[in-house]
Amino acid sequence: MATVSLKKLTKRYGNIGIVHGIDLDIADREFIALVGPSGCGKSTTLRMIAGLEEISAGSIEIGGRVVNDLPPRSRNISMVFQSYALYPHMTVRENLGFSLKIAGAAKEDMERRVAEASAILGLDTLLDRRPSQLSGGQRQRVAMGRAIVRDPDVFLFDEPLSNLDAKLRTQMRTEIKKLHAKVQSTVIYVTHDQVEAMTLADRIVIMRDGHIEQVGTPDEVFRRPATRFVAGFIGSPPMNLHEATIDDGQMVFSSGEKLPLPGQFKANVATGDKVVFGLRPDDIYPAGHGISSGGAADVHQIELPVTVTEPLGNETLVFVEFNGTDWVSRMLNPRPLRPGERVAMSLDMSQAHLFATDTGKTLRS
Amino acid sequence: MDENSSARLKRRLLGIVYRIGLFLAMLTICLPGLWIVISSLRPTVEIMAKPPVWIPQEISFDAYVSMFSGIGKGGIPVIEYFRNSLIISVTSTVIAVAIGMAGGYAFARYRFRGKSSVFLGLMLTRTVPGIALSLPLFFLYVRLGIIDTHFGVILAYVALNVPFTIWLIDGFFRQVPKDLAEAAQIDGCTRWQAFWQVEFPLAGPGIASAAIFAFLTCWNEFALASQLTRSVSAKTLPVGLLDYTAEFTIDWRGMCALAVVMIIPALTLTFIVQKHLVGGLTSGAVKG
Repeated sequence: MATVSLKKLTKRYGNIGIVHGIDLDIADREFIALVGPSGCGKSTTLRMIAGLEEISAGSIEIGGRVVNDLPPRSRNISMVFQSYALYPHMTVRENLGFSLKIAGAAKEDMERRVAEASAILGLDTLLDRRPSQLSGGQRQRVAMGRAIVRDPDVFLFDEPLSNLDAKLRTQMRTEIKKLHAKVQSTVIYVTHDQVEAMTLADRIVIMRDGHIEQVGTPDEVFRRPATRFVAGFIGSPPMNLHEATIDDGQMVFSSGEKLPLPGQFKANVATGDKVVFGLRPDDIYPAGHGISSGGAADVHQIELPVTVTEPLGNETLVFVEFNGTDWVSRMLNPRPLRPGERVAMSLDMSQAHLFATDTGKTLRS
Repeated sequence: MDENSSARLKRRLLGIVYRIGLFLAMLTICLPGLWIVISSLRPTVEIMAKPPVWIPQEISFDAYVSMFSGIGKGGIPVIEYFRNSLIISVTSTVIAVAIGMAGGYAFARYRFRGKSSVFLGLMLTRTVPGIALSLPLFFLYVRLGIIDTHFGVILAYVALNVPFTIWLIDGFFRQVPKDLAEAAQIDGCTRWQAFWQVEFPLAGPGIASAAIFAFLTCWNEFALASQLTRSVSAKTLPVGLLDYTAEFTIDWRGMCALAVVMIIPALTLTFIVQKHLVGGLTSGAVKG
């Protein structure tokens, strides 16, 4: 088991920078998710940690040992690929035992460890099959088994669930979480799916254009996003974000509509400041149908027209028109609403976010 | 007649037409080969007869017997020619496939300067007809003293085959996902081990087909070999066919018999390897 530490890690292809000097310290046995839109450098970062990609500058330490120039096999890591990368010409048993065979392990030792891994993942009945005879979920499990057998310091996952259908993905997500609880090793997990990151990780690293936007627990990145980008990226449906100008304790939107400035930001902004106002769908709701209804301290009431409703059974997503665009709100214990109907909406301003328009950084102190 | 039975009838008729078509196509392809076999078994009179005699009146293995009965009794040094052909074809195939594997792998996996121009250059060499090079090659070989040697012919054949093997093997390596070699490296392989343990077995059928093509090219090549070899010590089987031409006569029967001797090993090899080829390709080996 090991810590992983990235120091000013940089990747350039010619003049094009992909990863711009990121710093990250990962604790022993921590589950870290690297998340971000495609092209943000998360996979490149993972591949640099794996040793599949040379680093342009900076350093990588695994377990306190600088591994910058070591080949992948000397880093004691294992990796699960998006494509699973199972060896098609070998049976499941041979796939699982391949790393041990290369390492020259004794036959009994090899059999024991393959048996252990296949027991953990429920692969016992599939050991003599070829990868082409397995379903997507089974292949995924073999790929994880192959990683476990090595008993590595660090597990690397590169979008392991993105080739699976939605139902299987949820199922495998749970299995990965259970697996981490069992094997207790450091995990670095790359995904573009913020739900996977939120559900699995101890800490989430949100990346964008080769920079780290924020590192934090799922709760932190959800409740206290450091930037406008994080606010928009984490959470489903995404946070409602609107540009506004501060004018005497009020936020004035481009359509002329006004909202009171949330109390917690009053000290940090002045008249004339350009800001981005953000409110999660959970914090806007038809009066009496919200999560925080009752206890919320700073609720603002506003009447808005409904454009579309999306019933989900236990809740309904209500789209209301504000500032010329649709605002998503989440209505608990739904009652029927018609498009065009004007509804009294409660805005929980204590949960609101403000970001500087120019830097995108939060204005929370 | 209801719709279903007329549809069934139509399907059967189409099946019959399809089989007849196939038979005619195969007949066209196989007839020259069959003609060679038949001609090797019958007297010259029958071979030269006009209109052609389709069904041989008498069959004899005289041509085969005399072929092996030594010089002076109508024989030619078949064993020597066979040996030369085998040495030259096998050696140049092995070298061409080895270079083809290295080159094909490099083109499939690495980025380097001038990659596409080099590749195009290799392909352009295929547009030059081999016979056009025979005279310059002849002069060059005479100067170097490698005319009429195994080495000389092998060199020419390797040059002839390498662009083709690189091109073919490149395509097969491209089909092997890059992830597999990377996974192998993470599993503890060196770059070299990853190649032999994972990428080579998966590209195997492709490499085998490149080898067959290269071998057949060498085995059947006549134009260059006829210029670059002259003695029993280096002549290949196709060049040996010329031994049946004299100043005024051509022994068609003997020539056909030698052609059959030539075809058999090539045919057998193709048959044996072809099974593995088809097996390898259809087992879904290259499926990530």
